[in-house]
Amino acid sequence: MKEFTKTICAIATPPGEGGIAVIRMSGPQAYPIAAKVFRPINPDKKVEQAKGYTALFGHYLLEGRPMDQTVALFYRAPHSYTGEDVVELSVHGGSAMAQGLMEALLTAGASPAGAGEFTRRALENGKMDLAQAESVMEVISAAGRQGAALAGAALEGTLSRKIDEITGVLLALRGHLAAWVDYPEEDVPELEEETLIHTLETQKGELDRLIRDYQGGAILRQGVDAVIVGRPNVGKSTLLNLLAGYDRAIVTPIAGTTRDLVEEKVMLGSSGIRLNLFDTAGIHETQDLVEAEGIRRSYLKLEQAGLILAVFDLSRELTGEDLELARRCQGRPAIAIFNKEDLDPRLDTEILGQYFKAALPVSFHQEGALELVTDLIRRVLGLTRIDPYAAALTSRRQLESALRAREALEEGMNAAALGLDAVSVCLDDALEALYDLKGENPTADVIEEVFSKFCVGK
Amino acid sequence: MEYHKLGSYDVVVIGAGHAGIEAAHAAARLGARTALFTISLDFIANMPCNPSIGGTAKGHLVREVDALGGLMGIMADKTFLQSRMLNRGKGPAVHSLRVQTDRKQYHMAMKEALEKTPNLYIHQGEITGLERKEGRVTGVYTQLGGYYEAGAVVIATGTSLGGKIFVGEANYESGPDGQHAATALTRDLMEAGLPIRRFKTGTPARVHRRSIDFSKLTVQPGDPEEELQPFSFMTDFPLHNKVDCYIAYTNPRTHDIIRANIHRSPLYGGMIQGVGPRYCPSIEDKVMRFGEKDRHQIFVEPCGENTEEMYLQGMSSSLPEDVQNAMYRTIEGLEHLELMRPAYAIEYDCVDPTAMKATLEMKDLSGVYGAGQFNGTSGYEEAAAQGLLAGINAACHALGRKELILPRHTSYLGTLVDDLVTKGVLDPYRMMTSRSEYRLTLRQDNADDRLTPIGREYGLVDDARWERFTAAKAAKEKELSRLENTSIKAAQLRQVALEEGVDPGETGGTAAQILRRPGVTYAMVARIIGPGEGITPMLAQKIETEIKYAGYIQRQQRTIREVARHENTPIPEEFSYANLQGLTLEAREKLEKIRPATLAQAGRIPGVSPSDLAQLSLALLTWKKEEEPHDR
Repeated sequence: MKEFTKTICAIATPPGEGGIAVIRMSGPQAYPIAAKVFRPINPDKKVEQAKGYTALFGHYLLEGRPMDQTVALFYRAPHSYTGEDVVELSVHGGSAMAQGLMEALLTAGASPAGAGEFTRRALENGKMDLAQAESVMEVISAAGRQGAALAGAALEGTLSRKIDEITGVLLALRGHLAAWVDYPEEDVPELEEETLIHTLETQKGELDRLIRDYQGGAILRQGVDAVIVGRPNVGKSTLLNLLAGYDRAIVTPIAGTTRDLVEEKVMLGSSGIRLNLFDTAGIHETQDLVEAEGIRRSYLKLEQAGLILAVFDLSRELTGEDLELARRCQGRPAIAIFNKEDLDPRLDTEILGQYFKAALPVSFHQEGALELVTDLIRRVLGLTRIDPYAAALTSRRQLESALRAREALEEGMNAAALGLDAVSVCLDDALEALYDLKGENPTADVIEEVFSKFCVGK
Repeated sequence: MEYHKLGSYDVVVIGAGHAGIEAAHAAARLGARTALFTISLDFIANMPCNPSIGGTAKGHLVREVDALGGLMGIMADKTFLQSRMLNRGKGPAVHSLRVQTDRKQYHMAMKEALEKTPNLYIHQGEITGLERKEGRVTGVYTQLGGYYEAGAVVIATGTSLGGKIFVGEANYESGPDGQHAATALTRDLMEAGLPIRRFKTGTPARVHRRSIDFSKLTVQPGDPEEELQPFSFMTDFPLHNKVDCYIAYTNPRTHDIIRANIHRSPLYGGMIQGVGPRYCPSIEDKVMRFGEKDRHQIFVEPCGENTEEMYLQGMSSSLPEDVQNAMYRTIEGLEHLELMRPAYAIEYDCVDPTAMKATLEMKDLSGVYGAGQFNGTSGYEEAAAQGLLAGINAACHALGRKELILPRHTSYLGTLVDDLVTKGVLDPYRMMTSRSEYRLTLRQDNADDRLTPIGREYGLVDDARWERFTAAKAAKEKELSRLENTSIKAAQLRQVALEEGVDPGETGGTAAQILRRPGVTYAMVARIIGPGEGITPMLAQKIETEIKYAGYIQRQQRTIREVARHENTPIPEEFSYANLQGLTLEAREKLEKIRPATLAQAGRIPGVSPSDLAQLSLALLTWKKEEEPHDR
């Protein structure tokens, strides 16, 4: 029976910052799914042939692109925590990388684990004793109540209304289909294939938007890791203080004052964007060991960040270090900020500008500088489309339900050429996924719909 | 009254309607000494409503009854007047057979079949009470002072239990068609603690053929002769359409008469307390609820070959007879209508089906089973299917054998029973294809694949049926393999496809691959590679569907296997929900009331959430370990 069990995954490390984040995946498809998402550095190594208790080093792939460095640990059933096949993937800490990996695993066919589901499987597979089971039950019931309260809060308001709208349209269609099929000889208006397809398409479009905006929504909710980089004393810390709204970093005119990463969580005005800001040590050749380590970390952080704010001094000549930095920013969500606009310009901004998504000449001391920077950040993060007050999926569980519903609608469109019976089953699946999203049960509603809308029955 | 012992039976069945006869027949076939009690022998297998069997989802039930060795399909074929396969063009899963039958012939044929069934004893008599000892049934009492010992009892009382007929201001205690109502049993069942409630249903008028101007109606013939399919997998004689049906329409004048007299309807006047079915509304319901519609459809169906009575489907009513006359005569073609039996509404007693287990046995009265309208359903087919299951389980109970539970994914019958005992009903329950989440798998063409092996295991399927089943299965497997291994060239396909107006595509392939293409049928493939050995039209349909729908069917099979895990996790009857932490109040109440037999059933109870289910699942594991003996 085990091979029909779902394969589940979840972030196993505590939320928040940490050196690494671990995602655990358990179930019969753990190896095939890992093979789709994880690419070992050594091309001769095959994930699916990995023995239990071994590790592989490589990258995980999101939409085909290699992402963060990843270590995969393999466990073969029954020698694992759950007693099933288990793959644990470790990536760098911070939410962005782990969330990206979760996204990739879900897309590849894994399902998000329910509260305590790993433990339940461990229990069912005889990996735990009774005393352990009882303590787990306590935890699950506590988490469940809290989770339910949270989900309830999220579901009030716009998302709930949007899901109700989609559900309402699909339910009307399903009801029509049910009446049309279950009362073939009665006065039920014929269901035109065009109407059917059109309805499925428009509702799929609604789901497309929710799913597409989920990523942007995640930035709004969880914040994006942003790093401030640049040569020493170009004004990185001044920018940090500008964004944070108070003096956070030690700002002195002496270059090299900031020797380590400085972190600050800031909310950008009324934009709703949260930045996890990292000020970095200035990037330049140095003999100072402490400073050199700071610079190494600056570059590492730059590679991982979801937003790069590269600061340059307009009043100074272009250097090799500036170019090196710009080169590293190419293809990344990076903004060039040309500081000290009030001084005589000597920097070649054209050469530098081509490496960046956007550039802004500004003086941090001038009025309205914060607003200029904020607008540009919004644009580069692709958040201008997103209305923070529009309906948005707020959890991975909701995303998974929306993905399932969308897939069912796509299948329904394909099924139209085959038969209405297959379409109706796909519609049921879509409705079930949407009701799952809201925690309700659809079947009774379809029957209600038939008898409230159509005059049928002998 | 003083009672005298007249006999002893393993199984006693109360009522010889569509539920009771299948119950009695199945119990006797299983080897139980079985008695069938009916108020009148002349109303065995009576059809007090439509003279037809089948229809959407109901046709599926008939095929399932047949696959399990029941009688309904065989008798419908035997007394066949006309048939139509409904929903052609809407997908094979919802194809549904509906047969017009000869009402009197059906009764005669069924009575004879029962009389010739070994182990089965038919009695005319009204059962007035059950003998109960320590929560289990031990016998039955009749109104004539008779007493029979009984190991198990099936209650299949239909609308006769506490039956009361309403026509306008008039009402009287009665069963259908002039049979007297069973008036004593209800009180006894209530004393036994069964939750009894009151439902209502209705039927339209029967009218004289000569009073109808058929030139003003639309004729509705049966399917073409070469397409006629029998219900039963055992029927091998050719079927012929013998009659036509007709379609008429109400009009605004009809509706005006109804609206003007609505206060004289016992339903709208408040005289009827019973809950009526939503899916079978009276004409006054239709007019009052859907006022914007200016016409409603009526089917005019013959009641038999040797009678002039016609049935007016779609015009059930409880209005007074004078209003009925006026109302029917506004209809084009029915201006001079002669009413023979007026339409009526009937109220009756039935049980809250959540009082039963999935075996259809009462949870709190061991050995007593329910079937048909008594369980809150409506329809001959729903009744027959439940009767069959109740009969099997009553016999198993009496004989000390393992009882049969059909999970939802096996059948419409299993779905019907699960809906009844898990969700309960608020109004009479009618089967619909929409009620089954597994409908792509639960088709009428594969009822035998799904159920005949189970019927064989329980002793309902005789050698003749089993041999035919295994032969058909072998022929299908052989043909599937031939289709996988025979290739068709693009040129061969093009010729046939163009004649049929189907896009042939660019390439050839195996016959199975070709069959997967839109519009390509088994018949077209057979024209190219020749017909398969022993492939009947029904088998051809099955093969075509299995190949075309393979992807969707596999998807459903996956879901079924996922559910099976919970389906196979039993909840012991003595399990207590009282100390279970973390359940919502609603979930706890529902679980205590329904007492689900498996974790899967628990999950289907409205009000039980996935998180409640997770709690329950863990608690069950804990409970199991505690119950295990420690010193072994």
